[in-house]
This record gives sequence, C-alpha cells and structure tokens, in this order.
Amino acid sequence: MNTISRGFTGRRPGDVKLPPGQYLEHGFPVLQTGPTPSVRTATWTFTITTETGETRRWDWKQFTALPSEDITVDIHCVTQWSKLATQWRGVSVDTLLDGVTTDAGYVMARSYGGYTTNLPLPDLRDGQAWVAYEYDRKPLRPEHGGPARLLVPHLYFWKSAKWVTGLDLMPTDSRGFWERLGYHDYGDPWREQRYQGD
Amino acid sequence: MARAAVPGRLISGPRPWLVATIKATTDETATARTLVVDVPGWPGHLPGQHADVRLTAEDGYSAQRSYSIASAPEAGRLEFTVQRLDDGEVSPYLAGIAEPGDRFDLRGPIGGWFTWSPESAQPLLLLAGGSGLVPLMSMIRAHRAAKSEVPIGLIYSVRSPSDVIYASELSERTLSSPLSLTLLYTRSAHRGVPPGRINAAVIAASAFPPDTAPDIFVCGPSGFVEAATSLLVEAGHAPATIKTERFGPTGT
Repeated sequence: MNTISRGFTGRRPGDVKLPPGQYLEHGFPVLQTGPTPSVRTATWTFTITTETGETRRWDWKQFTALPSEDITVDIHCVTQWSKLATQWRGVSVDTLLDGVTTDAGYVMARSYGGYTTNLPLPDLRDGQAWVAYEYDRKPLRPEHGGPARLLVPHLYFWKSAKWVTGLDLMPTDSRGFWERLGYHDYGDPWREQRYQGD
Repeated sequence: MARAAVPGRLISGPRPWLVATIKATTDETATARTLVVDVPGWPGHLPGQHADVRLTAEDGYSAQRSYSIASAPEAGRLEFTVQRLDDGEVSPYLAGIAEPGDRFDLRGPIGGWFTWSPESAQPLLLLAGGSGLVPLMSMIRAHRAAKSEVPIGLIYSVRSPSDVIYASELSERTLSSPLSLTLLYTRSAHRGVPPGRINAAVIAASAFPPDTAPDIFVCGPSGFVEAATSLLVEAGHAPATIKTERFGPTGT
C-alpha cells in the first residue's frame, strides 16, 4: 500500500511503457565501483571456461572478426533510470557458445578490474545477450565499459558487466559482486527484482 | 586493509517499504534542502549507503529515486540532502514543495560497497564534487560519532562559495575535531582566489599520500569522479583502495 505524498503530482511518461519504478533518462549515466580501468585492445582477451575447465579464447583481432550484429534495445538500471532504443554492435553470446559442450546452468561474467556478476546460462542464449564493443556507431568508451561489455538488456543493467573479459560456466549458481552485496540474483526489471527478497 | 566485518543485515537484510514522515527541513543553498525524516522500523545504515524514495500522487501514480543518506547512522531517523534539478520529477517536490508532516515511502539501506567502517584504522580521504558530498557527510559525521581517531581529509569541489552545503558544520569540524578541508571553486571564488578544478597539485598538497594507504571515497558528477580517480591513480594510489559513486549522465 503506497503512502500518498501530499502535493506530489509527478510527470507522466506518456505512452512509454517502463518497468515498475523506472523513469525515462535521455543521457547515459555512469555507475561503477571504482576508477575506470584502462583496458588496452592490444592485450585484451575474452575467454569462455566450461565447468570441466575447457577454455576458448579470442584476442581483440579475432573477436572483432567474428560475425557481429546491430542491436537496438531498451536498458534498465537498478538506480531507476531506463533508456530506450540504445544502439550497440557486438557478438551474440550464441556465436561464442557455438560448439561449446556444457551442462552448466549458470554463468559468472568476469571483468577487468575484478567485477563479477552471475546469470543463468539460458538467459545468455537465443539472441538475448551480446558482448558489445560499439555504442551509437562508435567504439564503446571506457566509462561505459569499453573496449567491450556484456549486454543483457532484459535484466537490470548491473548484469551487463563492463570491461568483460570472460564467462565462467558453472553447474550451480554462485553470487557475483553486487549479488553478494544484497542485489537480486536474477534481476528482472519487469518484476522489479532489485534486491534480495524482492 | 584491516576492517571489521560489516553488519550483514544492513547489506542484505529484507528491505520492506517503510513510511517516512518529514520532521524538519533546512535550506542548505538556493537549490539544496536537507530533510530530517522519522522512519519507524528503519534499522540504521552504514555511512555511504542510500535509500530508495517513492512518492505517490493522489491518483496512484508513483515515482522512485535513490538518495544518499547524509546523517550518521541512527535507528528510526535519517537525513537526506536533496539537490533540486529544474527538470527533475522527484527533487522539486522534496527540495521545494514538501513540508514537515508530509509523508512518503522509503526502503533501504541500500549498497554495501561505498561504505566506510568506523573500525577502519586507515586514514579517511574523501573527494566530493557538488552534492556528491552527501554520502561523504555521513562518513564525516560517523567519524565523530564513533570518536574515530584516524586522520580525515575532504577535498570538496563546488561551483562557487554559495554552493557549499553544510558550510558551518564543515568549518566547525576543521577546528574542533581536525578535518583537513580543501575547497575548490570551479567557476567563481572569493576575491583574490582564482577558480580552479581538481588537479595533480591539489592531490599532492591535500591528499594523504599513498604509503599511508588511506580508505578513499570519491562521489560526484561523472566528470569529477573520472578526473579525481585518474589523478589519484597517477599519484600512486592503488585502484582497489578507491571507491566511487557517481550521479548524472554523460553526454553520450
């Protein structure tokens, strides 16, 4: 039951349908826990590690030679802003997982700088997730996660790990950085799963 | 870094919506207002955490925003300082229309990373841009409440002297319990003092040196945080010792 705040009228977003508790943002806020890491494409690698320890690794040149896609999606941050029709270019996680044999149900995404976040593996498949390296037709800027970040737009945006460098496939779920600090394990914006217990 | 275990329930405990009632308001500047609210059931917080605020109109329309907590931890009561944004939806209400007795929904505390533990033995170095001072003020107040003896320093960048929030409390703290305060005015300063932004000379003169391994917290607009953290890293501070919180969008 909401408390009515006397004199509050608010500003309706019009016809835009946003997840509960979100507002429309036109800029692109930056949220991160520490200094922006300096990640050079000359030494950048991206590694998929299966639950049996098998690895598949790309350097920047190999990665950017993979088939890529243009992606236009709405993004939703747990700090209540949503940004509509953001434009990215990147490699589908389906492409990265093609030919990888795994029974894993979960993934830990790992980033330069030590950030981690956990996701169910099915949420990264079937055209739902990418490793993106362009935003608005330009190389992804460091403060937005460049040279490459995970892009999983159907979950709150902390799941879209900036400066991503690998995916570890896991048989059982395990919590990442924000998930250990009280944020939701799954993070569906349409069900407003911001914090543990939501 | 030696740190006591942080109270787990304040990081991952349940966060039901609670009813906040405004007890008092104080205008800090022309555009920033402090709200003191009573919140029955509020468990207290860790310095640096924030809370989610939900305003609901008569017809049921509601809007949520996150606000940093300015007060030292206390059960059942907290303070926010809200910067009024001209194009904002929630801040013009909280920093303009709302009066003592008005109520809203609130949940928290939220965030377990950008938090200072009064048990820390390291010097505490705070860098604030504009209203980014708010969560750092909770640390400054908690430092006093806990009678912490670790050195505490604040580098605070604002546009002009009239934008300084908590001005009298800060100047009092530089006298009564040593807070080393460095004020930077980016647009207009006092007579005889040129305006300037944070730079390597300010870090060299005012920040605790890297070999003292300070706990470092940086909060403010994205551009300020980016500049300050780059300077700190260039000055030799380990990136892992620097915790940041940002607000406001970048252009792209």
